Amino acid sequence: MFYRESGDFKKTYRDDSQTFPIKFDRRRYYVVMAIAFLVLPWFITDYIANAVMIPFLVWAIAALGLNILVGYCGQLSLGTGGFMAVGAYATYKLMTSFPGMDMFSVVLLSGFITAFVGMIFGLPSLRIKGFYLAVATLAAQFFLVWLLNKVPWFYNYSASGQITAPERSMFGIIITGPYASPVTGYLFCLILAIGLAWVARNLTRGRLGRSWMAIRDMDIAAEIIGVNPLMAKLSAFAVSSFFVGVAGSLFFSVYLGAAEVTEAFSINVSFAVLFMVIIGGLGSIFGSFVGAAFMVLMPVLLKNILVGGLGWPTDLAAHLEFIIVGALIVIFLIVEPHGLAQMARVLKEKLRLWPFPH
Amino acid sequence: MKIKQLATVALTTLAVSAPVAADLVFPSLSYRTGPYAAGGAPLADGYADYFTLLNQRDGGIGGVMASVPECETGYNTAKGVECYESTKGDGALVYMPLSTGMTYQLIPKVTADDIPLVTTGYGRTSAANGRVFSHVFNFPANYWTGASRIINSIMEEAGGDISGKNIALVYHNSGYGKEPIPTLKALAEKHNFNLTLIPVDHPGQEQKSQWLQIRRERPDNIIMYGWGVMNQVALQEAANIRYPMDQMYGIWWSVTENDKLEGMGSHGYKGATFHNVGSNYPIFSDIQKYVTDAGLAAGDGSNVGSVMYNRGLYAAMLAAEAAKTAQNMFGVKDVTSGQMRDAFEVLDMSAEVMAAAGMPNFGPAFQVSCANHGGPGLAAIQQWDGNTQEWKLIGDFEAPDMEVIAPLIKADSEAYAKENNITPRDC
Repeated sequence: MFYRESGDFKKTYRDDSQTFPIKFDRRRYYVVMAIAFLVLPWFITDYIANAVMIPFLVWAIAALGLNILVGYCGQLSLGTGGFMAVGAYATYKLMTSFPGMDMFSVVLLSGFITAFVGMIFGLPSLRIKGFYLAVATLAAQFFLVWLLNKVPWFYNYSASGQITAPERSMFGIIITGPYASPVTGYLFCLILAIGLAWVARNLTRGRLGRSWMAIRDMDIAAEIIGVNPLMAKLSAFAVSSFFVGVAGSLFFSVYLGAAEVTEAFSINVSFAVLFMVIIGGLGSIFGSFVGAAFMVLMPVLLKNILVGGLGWPTDLAAHLEFIIVGALIVIFLIVEPHGLAQMARVLKEKLRLWPFPH
Repeated sequence: MKIKQLATVALTTLAVSAPVAADLVFPSLSYRTGPYAAGGAPLADGYADYFTLLNQRDGGIGGVMASVPECETGYNTAKGVECYESTKGDGALVYMPLSTGMTYQLIPKVTADDIPLVTTGYGRTSAANGRVFSHVFNFPANYWTGASRIINSIMEEAGGDISGKNIALVYHNSGYGKEPIPTLKALAEKHNFNLTLIPVDHPGQEQKSQWLQIRRERPDNIIMYGWGVMNQVALQEAANIRYPMDQMYGIWWSVTENDKLEGMGSHGYKGATFHNVGSNYPIFSDIQKYVTDAGLAAGDGSNVGSVMYNRGLYAAMLAAEAAKTAQNMFGVKDVTSGQMRDAFEVLDMSAEVMAAAGMPNFGPAFQVSCANHGGPGLAAIQQWDGNTQEWKLIGDFEAPDMEVIAPLIKADSEAYAKENNITPRDC
């Protein structure tokens, strides 16, 4: 019914190894892209942009980054909040030191700075594994937040340690600051999210991604067949931190507009991103997006139903949100331990055979 | 019968919660959950109850009903963005985010959206410079004037000379807690005392190492900028090391009914405040009659008369008076947020206005101007009485050392203006 695959032959290797080999999937992907780029910008409001779409895209980039490290390379990290903070503060320093620099360069440069910091904190991964590595990256989280809070140079000696994103533009279009229209902020994040997802997809199916997965599955065996663990692990930390740094940069400059390191990039952020990756599906690009959507959109949706629709007291609704989201996480993980991406995969396999399952 | 009642209540809540276009909208970004709920809930109750009172008793403000849509932020800045975006479309007239972090975030946004932002006793101190911060108001007092007032009080007790004394600042390690540091440093230079900075990380449950340091160094005075659970923990730790309570001062967010110890444990603990305490005002009998007895009180109604409730009430009164001023200024009933801003800029909080609102001498009398959005910064000192278990004002509302603060405000606001390409207004 949905998948009509008969007659869909592949004649070249290129066709065969494309990201969406099934015509139906491919078309659906193009439709989603068309809606995201051509339809949504016409209808987007301040609320949809700033409270729904931009946080969703920013968290999706962060989840993508962590998924590369945890899902593809098998290195458990709890330092995501700290690395996002590095991205955010790098952006702030770049924006205030070089007012003429366009936002695209600022965001990418912040990503590279974070990648460098991430590599330094990735060094212990060569010696320690699993839960022990999680503890080492936890130290990175606390150290980075402490450092950014302690040294006034990072926040330009402002009285309260808050950083505020000044107005910056690209090609004459305002991207950050209060006068940026919701459409530009949304499109800017969308382009980066799609671009980075494309990079992640191609990295993970190439030589580098295969070496990450080899390390994840069994590092000793990988070493024996010729994968260099130093290169594989450090590159995973670098690429992952790059993504997380970009996310932190957008989180501060486009989404929040102002941030304070202990509040905005606390350990809770690290956990939230890890939950997104686990709920979405380890080792899945699609899963990173679904996980981010679940963790970001679910509370907003529940709030709008409970407070906006039913008119319940806000504190009751806030507590119910915690209970419902928490229960859903547990239920999802019991029903499908491999995350929402695996659920989608199973559904797809069923649909391909439907309505004749045998 | 009971079901019928419940149905009526449910129907009225539904009816009330539906936004009516002709209302004056005062969104309340509250936090009734999370680690700071103990302070956030009474604040939100006071804010909502005042407008309920105006609606019930006077039929709204100038004949237009006020509505207070509430949005839960949990003291979290990301949720604050969601709340701001979801309420600003309903014609929000003024924002009072009750969080310093959120204030920093909203300053550029409200300026772009032409909505005033009023932060009574918190937020960005340098916003007092109205030339740079056109839409932000932080009257009647701010963290820097509060710090200066506390130092003045310490000086008074020491007979005017505090040179060589050791004063420790125990602060919430966040934008809020760090805010007074520049002022205290400048004051330390002026009066020759030694300042020790002791940060406490969010949420402040664990303060053993900080109080070990205090026990070792025995500072002559402690100034505390704490919030939520941090305050109680600090008081308990102070009692444990037998630190004399009357040498300890809190800023106004550290001196609520929650911030005390059993019995005489925290007897003598002092704090700065910018509004009066207690429920001995005409307005409270009206609240009893029109709000509490009518079953319309916000929250569980148990907070009436507490310090935080009074602060919420005071903030609501300022907003309502500004709305009245705007109605008179422009001769319209349904004022816009831009008109509200203009009204805040000429707000005259005289003793007569406060008395007419049923709150005589509730706060200091002050007048806002285009250049000065911070008011005179008058603050008083209150002290905890363990015998009667209540806060009492000791001394009057007094002015801070503006000689030190004014240049700091100027420098910080000008740095902000430069960073964000703002040309200061002429006034």
